[in-house]
Amino acid sequence: MSNPTIQTVPAIVPDEVPATPSDSRPGILQRGLQFLWRRDWRGFVLPLLALALWWGVTHFKLANTEVLAPPGAVLIEGLHQVFNGGFVWDLTASISRDLAGFTIGGLAGFALGTLLGTSRLAELLVAPSFNAVKQIALFAWIPMISVWFGMGEPAKVVFISLAAFYPVAINTFEGIRSVNRDYAEVARVYGFSRLQLWRRVILPAASPQIFTGLHLALIYAWLATIGAEYFLKSGYGVGNSMIDGREHFNMGSVLFGLVVVGSIGALLNQLAVRLEHRALKWRNRSA
Amino acid sequence: MSLTETLPVPALAAPAAAARTAQLLAGLRSRIWRGALALILPLAVLALWHAATLNGWVAQQILPAPTLVWSTLFDLWDSGELWTNLSISLTRVAWGFSAALVFGLALGVAMGLSKTAEAYLYPSFKAISEVPVLGWIPLLIMLVGIGEAMKILVIAKAAAVPITINTQQGIRNIPQAYLEVARVYRFNPRQLWLKVIFPSTLPSLFNGFRYGLTNAWLSLVTVELLASSEGIGYQMVWGRQLFQLDVVMACMVVIGVVGLAIDLVLQVIETRLLRWRRAAF
Repeated sequence: MSNPTIQTVPAIVPDEVPATPSDSRPGILQRGLQFLWRRDWRGFVLPLLALALWWGVTHFKLANTEVLAPPGAVLIEGLHQVFNGGFVWDLTASISRDLAGFTIGGLAGFALGTLLGTSRLAELLVAPSFNAVKQIALFAWIPMISVWFGMGEPAKVVFISLAAFYPVAINTFEGIRSVNRDYAEVARVYGFSRLQLWRRVILPAASPQIFTGLHLALIYAWLATIGAEYFLKSGYGVGNSMIDGREHFNMGSVLFGLVVVGSIGALLNQLAVRLEHRALKWRNRSA
Repeated sequence: MSLTETLPVPALAAPAAAARTAQLLAGLRSRIWRGALALILPLAVLALWHAATLNGWVAQQILPAPTLVWSTLFDLWDSGELWTNLSISLTRVAWGFSAALVFGLALGVAMGLSKTAEAYLYPSFKAISEVPVLGWIPLLIMLVGIGEAMKILVIAKAAAVPITINTQQGIRNIPQAYLEVARVYRFNPRQLWLKVIFPSTLPSLFNGFRYGLTNAWLSLVTVELLASSEGIGYQMVWGRQLFQLDVVMACMVVIGVVGLAIDLVLQVIETRLLRWRRAAF
């Protein structure tokens, strides 16, 4: 401040470099406040109202508190579950059977979709039956699966595989069928081998739709995991803990399970979007 | 000029007609051929199934004979039991879907038209829809009991999500140019809704209805399997508990047929409703 020559320098800098907000370098507190200020808080009004209503109803005993636990008790129950309940076991059990089913169903679906996509004869033979069987609601298979595979892990994985199987099979089939014939023509001109044709032409061209199938399969498999745990009640799992919670009137456990089911679903969805984006990056580049 | 141009037409008509009949025949032949091929797999499975039960390769308790399933299906139908349960199930779907229609359309229109409504409502809607129906069932059972209200709420939630999303997006995606044309022609609000907003959101709306109804049927089956004392899903559970697997399989057939019927009806309605659109292209 005392030296005028130095003072001119910072006065020039903002002129040369276009003034950006980061130039002013606000402190972390200021930036945090700015972030909070700019954020759209209107979405929180409804949940907060619901929370207030919930609190009011339980606080003034307008409803049976045996059934409708107060928000505080639910929060404590949730924390209890995370830190010293069997939550970790439940979650690992659920996710591992989810992934097992997803892998088996996805591979089977990919195989069938590829077969139907490449062979007209196979399509004529199998596709009508496949479409007919597909009409049966997924959960309607549960009673038969429980007879054939019992109530344990195999039955659950079979059911989850079935859930993942349909979307992958359908989308792989449609993806392969929609490959532009000109591409295959070009490959033939260049004398591609069968393997090259598959690796270089058909699979890349069909990949967006195959990814769509895998993405759907990931979502369905998670749904099927929770469903399988509801219906085939043995062992651990997030679904088991929710059903147990309901039977013991433990609302904390049920609500906590609900949040976990939603979060894992959203997380899997995000993961699929990311992977899809990364795997299909080359397409955007060439376009 | 015009005469010479129209002249060749009658001359061509006879061969064209012959070609058309030939094409029709070929189409018929390929259709029969396709049908025959399509039947091979189901017939083979049926034959294997029949042989397996006939020769005792698989215990009757685990796999009932196909003929038994078939006769059970007719017995259940003749006794009226099947229809009673099915009508209970369909009534539930109708109630749940109607509730979803009212709620989903209102919410979708509100969020589609007003940014403010979207800012207030969308995050909550998103949070609720992010948790699948299956996750809500235990909570709903705790809150409203195991009765009819719970089932209808479950079905309504399943159907309302796609209806809301598609309604909102349909309204959002109306091309700005349409609205400008309407403004230029000084449409009154009623005209604006009937001639611009409704027709241009119709395909999207219909998409929502379609997913909504399919979801409603699927979640009905789920909720009836899980917690019900009547309905087609319950009949399955009942058959399973008594180890009457012929009843279970007959119910699976019925569930599949209803699913297919819902699909077909919606397809017919869609092509009817959206015909004007195709013609424009």
